[in-house]
Amino acid sequence: MTQLTVHDLHKRYGDHEVLKGVSLSAEAGDVITIIGSSGSGKSTFLRCINFLEQPDAGRITVAGEEIRLVPGKGGHLKVADAKQLQRLRTRLAMVFQHFNLWAHMTVLENVIEAPVHVLGVPKKDALERAMAYLDKVGISHLKNSYPAHLSGGQQQRVAIARALAMEPAVLLFDEPTSALDPELVGEVLKVMRGLAEEGRTMVVVTHEMGFAREVSSQVMFLHQGLTEESGSPAELFGQPKSERLRQFLSGNLK
Amino acid sequence: MIEWGLFAESWPAYASGLWLTVKLTVLSLVAGLALAIPLAVLRVSPSRWVSGPVWAYSYFFRGTPMLVQLLLMYYGLGQFEWVQAQWEAGNTFWLIFRDPYGCALLTFALNTGAYTTEIIAGALRAMPHGEIEAARACGMSRYTMLRRILLPGALRRALPAYSNEIIFMLHGTAIVSTVTLVDLTGAARNAYSQFFAPFEAFIFAGLIYLCITFALVGVFRLAERRWLAHLRPRSVARKAA
Repeated sequence: MTQLTVHDLHKRYGDHEVLKGVSLSAEAGDVITIIGSSGSGKSTFLRCINFLEQPDAGRITVAGEEIRLVPGKGGHLKVADAKQLQRLRTRLAMVFQHFNLWAHMTVLENVIEAPVHVLGVPKKDALERAMAYLDKVGISHLKNSYPAHLSGGQQQRVAIARALAMEPAVLLFDEPTSALDPELVGEVLKVMRGLAEEGRTMVVVTHEMGFAREVSSQVMFLHQGLTEESGSPAELFGQPKSERLRQFLSGNLK
Repeated sequence: MIEWGLFAESWPAYASGLWLTVKLTVLSLVAGLALAIPLAVLRVSPSRWVSGPVWAYSYFFRGTPMLVQLLLMYYGLGQFEWVQAQWEAGNTFWLIFRDPYGCALLTFALNTGAYTTEIIAGALRAMPHGEIEAARACGMSRYTMLRRILLPGALRRALPAYSNEIIFMLHGTAIVSTVTLVDLTGAARNAYSQFFAPFEAFIFAGLIYLCITFALVGVFRLAERRWLAHLRPRSVARKAA
């Protein structure tokens, strides 16, 4: 079953149209990387998928269920049923650029919070699940630390464990390594590569071209709110068709 | 020169005065906090219709001296004939205002409620926006987000400011000595008039207030060690990542 379909998304901030019709379709096991320069709309597109931003037009279908949308204030769309959005958000887990861990909770408490209080998983099972995922990302020895006492790379790995603990259909990554210094980028990318190899469905907005080329099944290049080019990494990086993509890559290649 | 006899003879009066002070402080703080938490949530609402009335309440009680509020409630209400009629009729609600203890409790609860509302509202507004987004993104309802993320974060952040408020209330209860109640300060005034030794009388009361404040500060430090552990700086000898 197609895990995530986004059809023709539009978004404007006042007079400035950020997304002019972007679509995406993710089957189970797909790793879709979205690349583009600043202002191309990549983060906005990702954030519209789980409705952290309100799109102006378009359709979003998660695990076969379409989010019902009605016109809202200011020309934006809003969800018809808040409960449906909450439910669908539990199928989409997001990893943020600035980690966004809950500061007053320990690492372990961060990871069990959503399963226990949103999904209703019994605490014992949630704790087992959490320890398994913390182990997987290599952080289990820090389970009783507070986020402020961890390095950026460690915090981001906790954030990934927190996302995994929800056992979502699709993992959304919003520039997960952009706030990390180069030494710590590697440890996070290693975890993400492991997830991709396991067959998780992932949509990743990133500037890490190495990851895009080596790990993704599909790459989308966004430019000024439109999908300039989309295809397999071999096609996009090997034979870029558009001039703008060629310019972008020549400025970006490592 | 120093009237030692004052201490020896008056300490029972000081003890019962102290008990009244403690009762007033604790009960009004508990009531004020219970009132302030929901009001603070309303106070940060984006809708003016919701936050407006709370703003008006907190503006009045923070904008006037607590002594004026107490005198208004105790002497002021009794001026109105329809209130006096309620007292004659034995109306239990209005009889609260005839009794200085009731008036004091109500005034103090509303006063500390207003200050605490603003403290917690400020702490709520200081919540890092990313943490709120993370809560929304995992499907939390507004109520769950409030209960698990916003209020725990805000109450912890408010702890240092609220500790100050507790100390202010302890000292603020001294004003009930102007409306016939004999609290710790009232006992000191009685001892003064009995022994004509104002220094001894008031220094004795002052020392007792000081000891209680000292104990409270110790409790706050323990509380901050527990509830603000997540904000402590990392220790220098941190284990490698």
